[in-house]
Amino acid sequence: MTMPVWLEIAIRVAGVFAAFLVLPLVVGQTEHKVMAHMQGRLGPMYAGRFHGWAQLIADGVKFVQKEDVTPAAADKHVFKLAPAIALVPYLVAIIVIPLGPGDLVAQPLDMGLFLVLAVVGVGIVAVLMAGWASANKYTLLGALRAAAQLLAYELPLVLAAASVAMAAGTLSLSGIVEAWRPWWLLWQLPALGVFFLAGLAEIRRPPFDAPIADSELVFGYLTEYTGLRFALFLLAEYVGIVVIAALTTVLFLGGWKGPFADADLGWLWTLLKVGAVSFVVIWVRVSFPRLRVDQLQRFCWLGLVPVALAQLVLTAAVKVAT
Amino acid sequence: MTTPEKNGFPGKGLIKGLGITLKTMVSRAGTQQYPDVEPELPARSRGVIGLMESNCTVCMLCARECPDWCIYIDSHKETVEVPGAARARQRNVLDRFDIDFSLCMYCGICIEVCPFDALFWAPDFAYAEGDIRNLLHDRGRLGEHMAGVPAPPPHDPNGEPSKEESTAAKKGGAR
Repeated sequence: MTMPVWLEIAIRVAGVFAAFLVLPLVVGQTEHKVMAHMQGRLGPMYAGRFHGWAQLIADGVKFVQKEDVTPAAADKHVFKLAPAIALVPYLVAIIVIPLGPGDLVAQPLDMGLFLVLAVVGVGIVAVLMAGWASANKYTLLGALRAAAQLLAYELPLVLAAASVAMAAGTLSLSGIVEAWRPWWLLWQLPALGVFFLAGLAEIRRPPFDAPIADSELVFGYLTEYTGLRFALFLLAEYVGIVVIAALTTVLFLGGWKGPFADADLGWLWTLLKVGAVSFVVIWVRVSFPRLRVDQLQRFCWLGLVPVALAQLVLTAAVKVAT
Repeated sequence: MTTPEKNGFPGKGLIKGLGITLKTMVSRAGTQQYPDVEPELPARSRGVIGLMESNCTVCMLCARECPDWCIYIDSHKETVEVPGAARARQRNVLDRFDIDFSLCMYCGICIEVCPFDALFWAPDFAYAEGDIRNLLHDRGRLGEHMAGVPAPPPHDPNGEPSKEESTAAKKGGAR
């Protein structure tokens, strides 16, 4: 039995939106609780009665009720458009990330990796729009820091992804997972590290949060945002975590491949791995202080880029040898 | 950047940091959820001042020593006829003993200075009011606070002996 095309499309779109709205909330709530317990606190305990599970929903309701303020000097249209631009790239990225084997992906694409890397890079435009349009020195400083950071870290991100694409011989994300073998964990370990760290910087998560740096820049490029638009930026941050975690999973951790029942439980393995990587993202945030702007650039150009290039050479050598 | 430390490999501190946060996460948080769980306060907590009226002789020391003059005392003298005594005795009777907790700075000098042990610290702290005037606790209310006064904690075995003990020992030695 085959479904009519429109129904299939509707289901796939609904699935993407569900993932887009639910996973970031789960990650956000986990961050609340994990961060709290790592700091010897309890975190939210009252919203929803059971261990504050509804805290983010309550936050969302609060944000919706707030006044939508646009600064008088702001470039209003750009200012209002920026949150949407921040969200869309991640939404597009989720479309091509495979959840399980076979057809369990919203839109299988032969050059999925290429598309994902391209759209994730669009995020910088939203940051620049937000920072510039706010007409505020803090937002501008934050936006320029973000621009410098994202341009720098795009390179190791792409190089690390190129290594695994070269190893798999395909740009299709599903194809990469199918080609993946457990020993790649060792072979591609440097690339995994580079990709994860560059991904963290790409979504501006601590310790790479110099563009936001609340102790220096008020709240960086988000300073002037309130209410729903601010909430959208926050949502973008958490979708960013999900996307980077999912990409790390798919490219380096074998996606839906688990110890058993890959065909039936593939989606579960993927989600578990995404959850584990997201946990590491939160863990790193709690443990490490923010990098200074110069340290940030040093780390990228003198640390990640050489490692990524060396990994490329290694990948090519192994590929030629076998 | 990761700089090599004195003994160890580069990045050792980063790994140590991850270990510390992980250890904290899996150990129990010490938080007490206050409105649901009453805090366990030590016996010497300065929450509210209780008045044991029967011990008060209206000597006025507390009111005079109070740095911000938040203790109000009124009294009158009563003549007590003791049968068989040569003349009638006079006795101070307390009419009013108020402490204004909107002024009180919880220094505890009144309690220190009271020669007759009529004032005590109690750990109760939940007496916020909507109207500042209600923070003036009269002697009835101050007497109620006595219910919360805990038994004094046992003497620290390694601490200096109490004043009473040392003076007693001195007097015993002098004799």
